[in-house]
Amino acid sequence: MLPTADLTEDLAERVRAAYAAGTPLAIVGGGTKAWLGRPLHGERLDVSGHRGIVSYEPTELTLTARAGTPLAEIEAALAERGQCLAFEPPHFLVKVAQRLSKLPSPASGRGDGGEGLATLGGTVACNLSGPARPYTGACRDFVLGVRLINGRGEVLRFGGEVMKNVAGYDLSRLMAGAQGTLGVLLEVSLKVLPRPPAELTLALELDAAAAVERFNAWAGQPLPITAACHVGERAYVRLSGAEAAVRAARQRLGGEVIEAGAAFWQSVRELEHGFFKAPGVLWRLSLPPAAPVDLKLRQFIDWGGAQRWVVSDAELWDLAAAAGGHATRYHKSRASDSPRSPPPQAGEGLGVREPFMAGTSASMSGGDLSAMNGYRGGRRDRVFQPLNPALLALHRRLKAAFDPKGILNPGRLYPEL
Amino acid sequence: MGGMNQTTPHPRRAELIQGLLAILPADSVLYEPEDLRPYECDGLSAYRALPMVVALPSSVEQVQAVMRLAYRLKVPVVARGAGTGLSGGALPRADGLLLSLARLKSILAIDPIARTARVQPGVRNLAISEAARPYGLYYAPDPSSQIACTIGGNVAENSGGVHCLKYGLTVHNVLKLEVVTVEGERLTLGSDALDAPGYDLLALMTGSEGLLAVVVEATVRLLPLPERAQVLLAAFDDVARAGAAVGAIIAAGIIPAGLEMMDNPAIRAAEAFVQAGYPVEAAAILLVELDGTNAEVSEQVMRVRELLLASGAREVRTARDEAERQLFWKGRKAAFPAVGRISPDYYCMDGTIPRRRLPEVLERIAQLSQAYGLAVANVFHAGDGNLHPLILYDANRPGELERTEELGQRILELCVEVGGTITGEHGVGVEKLAGMCAQFGAAELAQFHAVKAAFDPDGLLNPGKAVPTLHRCAEFGAMHVHGGNPRFPELPRF
Repeated sequence: MLPTADLTEDLAERVRAAYAAGTPLAIVGGGTKAWLGRPLHGERLDVSGHRGIVSYEPTELTLTARAGTPLAEIEAALAERGQCLAFEPPHFLVKVAQRLSKLPSPASGRGDGGEGLATLGGTVACNLSGPARPYTGACRDFVLGVRLINGRGEVLRFGGEVMKNVAGYDLSRLMAGAQGTLGVLLEVSLKVLPRPPAELTLALELDAAAAVERFNAWAGQPLPITAACHVGERAYVRLSGAEAAVRAARQRLGGEVIEAGAAFWQSVRELEHGFFKAPGVLWRLSLPPAAPVDLKLRQFIDWGGAQRWVVSDAELWDLAAAAGGHATRYHKSRASDSPRSPPPQAGEGLGVREPFMAGTSASMSGGDLSAMNGYRGGRRDRVFQPLNPALLALHRRLKAAFDPKGILNPGRLYPEL
Repeated sequence: MGGMNQTTPHPRRAELIQGLLAILPADSVLYEPEDLRPYECDGLSAYRALPMVVALPSSVEQVQAVMRLAYRLKVPVVARGAGTGLSGGALPRADGLLLSLARLKSILAIDPIARTARVQPGVRNLAISEAARPYGLYYAPDPSSQIACTIGGNVAENSGGVHCLKYGLTVHNVLKLEVVTVEGERLTLGSDALDAPGYDLLALMTGSEGLLAVVVEATVRLLPLPERAQVLLAAFDDVARAGAAVGAIIAAGIIPAGLEMMDNPAIRAAEAFVQAGYPVEAAAILLVELDGTNAEVSEQVMRVRELLLASGAREVRTARDEAERQLFWKGRKAAFPAVGRISPDYYCMDGTIPRRRLPEVLERIAQLSQAYGLAVANVFHAGDGNLHPLILYDANRPGELERTEELGQRILELCVEVGGTITGEHGVGVEKLAGMCAQFGAAELAQFHAVKAAFDPDGLLNPGKAVPTLHRCAEFGAMHVHGGNPRFPELPRF
């Protein structure tokens, strides 16, 4: 276990200074999801040293930890008491991060600050959830409260450590997926759940369209399903819950029991399954769960049909929108792909120690707001589905409400935020 | 007590009425005092004000046109569903427009494959489950007023229910919202997929008490009806043991669908009212509902029974059949009116606390109760820590109302002190503005106001609710029920 430390005051002071000077900040945790977003420019604000579990009450189903706390440490503490993060957040350890971001190998290994380990803050900031998501909820569903530093350097607390709380706007849940653009996360309180006593994975021979149909039909019945995916010509279904319930469901669903079920779902959660290693751009399509399957695409269907991974060199924005959903480009465009950026210097600011400097302007250390404002990424830099103008305008006003000078991870989600 | 809202009518009243009549049929614009009377309050009837005008649009386009008009004239707008809220969130303003969404009451689509219902905001909560039932599906959040309250109001308040420890609040069960902004623009938040790009505006909108936008359509998630539900009733000689039993059940890895506690005064009142067969000598009872597949429920009933006995329950009963299950619940669901029967008035609090602090909180509430000379009965959504102390008083006795409000405020401060919150499910509205000052500092309140301004720079949507200005931090109010006659006497409240 890494030593714990409360760096609230130091971090707040850094943000206050940046606010005064108008200096953009690039917030860094473990750096494992640095590639999942647009490149960042600005002074590095490392929160990985702000760590430690602040409280864990198994009988209350709540845990509060500092943002820099390694996710693995939290999961280990929960496992000791037979509990878990039910949304199964992916860690994306360094090797996955390297593959997805096409970064060269880091010049140095894991540093003493815990870089290379997924942190709680990064997990919540990215709002990533694993295979259980359609059945147990997303990361954002488990957020009960946060402490954060807003763009003025003020330390604020929203929500709490209780399940039901309707006092004030739900600003804590708003932080999930905001990728640090609204505040620097300091502490997060989460709802945790017991680990199911029994678990079993079944495989069934089905084509993709039949699998999606089956997944949706099953989800409408009282079955203890906690994951359902399809790859190749096989559907995989995980049953979790009371011993008796899992047994009864297994008989009903048929198929073959997969012995290494846990390892299989781990490979899905971490994008380490063979499917994800194919060359080409990896797209995440978030679609209505019963959306028709486009048989022309090479795809991995997860979330019972609601999340479809596609390897394709074509841009899939319009396809996702037409199907009633949205796309995320999981392969970061290479720095060298952008005509306006200097070629990256191998080993210089590109490893896990400087993950957020790996973008188009690695040379822009220090950051400069006017340069930032002049920066507008084109389609190649796009990571997230574009927002319509009215929604984008609202996003900009909301961003300004938290971060009036635009110093917190500017441009991370969209150039305008 | 807040009482009447005495703001003077808006100078542009005539212009507003004329403009509305150009948008809506004559029977959809109300401005005569006798027509306005039914809208003067919501479920928190101690606060009343006649709105300047009531508009009853019946389409999204009409809502947009009404909002554009109000925005142009800078008239405050209070949106209202069924008006069953308990914190005065739908309290009208004498200088404002009351926008009733009651006529937008169509269930637009039930999709049994994708397991969603697309509904207009005026659709009643229970009506969604009724429409989904033929497909073996239901809408999980079940606030006690579910036969009357509407989904638009549920979104505004982030309503919970007895089953929310296991199935979540409104925010966990809404996929997509269509909203109309203060400028009259229509926006889609969320999506038919499980997430959406950009900020989680769906979460921000849920529980925003009508201050950010007007909900004109909601797509909600439907769940399969559980195969079976079973309930156990356990009696305890002290509340600490009952609290510990709840912890033991959860520590054993069981998440009950419902987990309710009542203390002795609440047990006695309920038993006298509905004869549910409760043990009236018990210091506390627990009701534990388990649901799921047949096999799962059978397995868990055995385990929970053992855990309750091991935690010191002096008696554990399992409902023998559906009739007895309903009877066990009847007492709990009748707790509020039962207290209303034994006291001229009562005041319902709605704090949430970390459950482990329950014995200490009940002890301190008992001390406060003695100090103020006012009896308190406690009912508790024990699974999620949501405590409803009911303060018994008589408004006809001089000074007792004021003492009650002071005691209520002390109890809310106590909830915050032990790490909880001033409102678990009833909302802030006008009632808990003072409590907000206890829970949040000036910088947090300023952040709330900045968020509000991002949506509504002129502060026209439900002004004066939910988030207090710093100078209003001294005010507070309450849900008071006189003579056992709450505003919706036919609605269960628990």
